[in-house]
Amino acid sequence: MSQSNGAVVNQLHRDDLGAKLGMWVFLFTEVLLFGGMFLVYAVYRFQFSDLFKLAALELNTGLGTFNTIVLLTSSLTMVLAIVAIQKNKKNLSLFYLASTIGFALIFMVVKYFEWSAKFSHGIYPGSEELLNRQNGEILFFGLYFVMTGLHAFHVIIGVIIIAVLMVFVYKNKIVHDNYVKLENGGLYWHLVDLIWIFLFPLFYLIH
Amino acid sequence: MEHVNTEHKTHSHGYGIYVLVWLALIALTSITVTVAGVDFGKLALPIALFIAAVKSALVINYFMHIKFEEPIFKVFLLLSGTTLLVIFILTFFDVFYR
Repeated sequence: MSQSNGAVVNQLHRDDLGAKLGMWVFLFTEVLLFGGMFLVYAVYRFQFSDLFKLAALELNTGLGTFNTIVLLTSSLTMVLAIVAIQKNKKNLSLFYLASTIGFALIFMVVKYFEWSAKFSHGIYPGSEELLNRQNGEILFFGLYFVMTGLHAFHVIIGVIIIAVLMVFVYKNKIVHDNYVKLENGGLYWHLVDLIWIFLFPLFYLIH
Repeated sequence: MEHVNTEHKTHSHGYGIYVLVWLALIALTSITVTVAGVDFGKLALPIALFIAAVKSALVINYFMHIKFEEPIFKVFLLLSGTTLLVIFILTFFDVFYR
């Protein structure tokens, strides 16, 4: 660790604080994107509270609860992957990242079964069955498909991001004293979890 | 080992605290599911939202590490949260007093 002139060369400019702040700005744009939809939900739930309750009975609360736990657990493994890399345990970190992807895939499989069950009952956006119902129910299912659909899209993007992060860890691009990429990937993943924390009671737990 | 640039002050926590937060999140999930089965009438939605808010606070503070970050992160979060709240309140005024 010489302080000689030569050592200056490998000191590339690095600003972890700036990188994270930038990530938070992006997360806020995501919150605005979903926030707009939550706003639409709030207004229509106020207008059609009885029909929202009626429509929500058709969602599978058990599967919703299961998926909530799966996503919360994936958030835990994500944060543990950062702790592992801080402690310079590369393989453990890779294991936790792989687990996070595993939980994300379980989430998507459950979502697939949920949506196919709805489709097989003729409930999908613009379906004849749905359009014959009252406005409140059409709105509920419209919001359900758009909001959980956009959320599921974020889960898929998250899987891709975490897979890329795994490659970085594997190639030692993310190491114990330089892991801001992993932290930012984690922030994205936790946001996905955060959105689900609100989607779950608003869609699955109305009685 | 020395770095001249801004970088991590490693607040290295063990695995333990995160497992505890996770347990709390799971507990809150089962509470919100159980409470949904009880008929609280008009209170049901505020209760569900309150529990979701507590869960969010745990995720933001611990998993997203805000509790241990520089003050600038908290200021930013407060600013963006307030912005969202203002948008909601203004819209509700428009909808409810139309």
